[in-house]
Amino acid sequence: MSDTTFAPSYGPVAIPVRELLPWAIFAGLLLMLMIYFVGAEEGATSLIRGTMVHEFVHDGRHLLGFPCH
Amino acid sequence: MVGKLLLRGMLVGLVAGILAFAFARVYGEPQVDKAIAFEEQQAQAAGEAPEPEMVSRVTQAGIGLATGVLVYGAALGGLFSLVFAYAYGRLGSLGPRGTSALIALLGFLAVIVVPSLKYPANPPAVGNAETIGYRTELFFIMIVISIAAMVAAVGLAQRLWTRLGAWNASIVAGLAFLVVFALVKAALPDINEVPENFSATVLWQFRVASLGIQLVLWTVVGLGFGAVAERVVAVRDQRGPARRYA
Repeated sequence: MSDTTFAPSYGPVAIPVRELLPWAIFAGLLLMLMIYFVGAEEGATSLIRGTMVHEFVHDGRHLLGFPCH
Repeated sequence: MVGKLLLRGMLVGLVAGILAFAFARVYGEPQVDKAIAFEEQQAQAAGEAPEPEMVSRVTQAGIGLATGVLVYGAALGGLFSLVFAYAYGRLGSLGPRGTSALIALLGFLAVIVVPSLKYPANPPAVGNAETIGYRTELFFIMIVISIAAMVAAVGLAQRLWTRLGAWNASIVAGLAFLVVFALVKAALPDINEVPENFSATVLWQFRVASLGIQLVLWTVVGLGFGAVAERVVAVRDQRGPARRYA
């Protein structure tokens, strides 16, 4: 927190990159995996066999703008 | 700090997802149904057996759609909060609400509007199953280029800020972004797999509904996240009780 000690008592203070980086990497990957399952799983690529994920989120995939089939 | 922002971002995204689901039900589903009716009619005319229904239409348009949009909304809110965590305090003196709204505006343009001008959303019955790999690849390449161009444009605006002033710096950066977009749009291959006799009205309404869903998501996240982030960052900014920002 030494970087905030001399900050003025008002105005935005940036979060240091080293504090942000682990979150950005791990949470960022997990969040993108969530989007992958809604948007692309069992379309162009497939991690799970079958087409159940694709069929289940079918309408959402179309309406969110992803290429579907 | 980042964890707090992330959790709030995902919750705001979830709320945005609920609203986007309602929007999708009312404005999107009728178009999906019409497109599927067209698809079935085409298959029947061609003498093909109807596709087996693995998941019923009721499920697809109900819990399936809700799951898709809510998961997407939560993920969008989470990623949004991470971008906010980096951008906050690095965009001049912009407060949390202004930062959040600006990220949402630029993000909506870079992630949704610009890519969809090249590769718009398509209803069922539009799109050749054999080209799904190719189309998916181009779709994501377009998004990545668009985001990179937007990040570069923001960087350019910041660099020109003191020399040209806020307005002129932003206009120059915006023009630079447009030039990149025009070049990329010309360079990447076009895709048009809309069947000859597919209703233009259904296609138009489907695409407008699709953009509308995204607009609901990004607006709620952009305005909602700024409001909740205000309290989180105020503690750090001032190391005291929450304060009001301009």
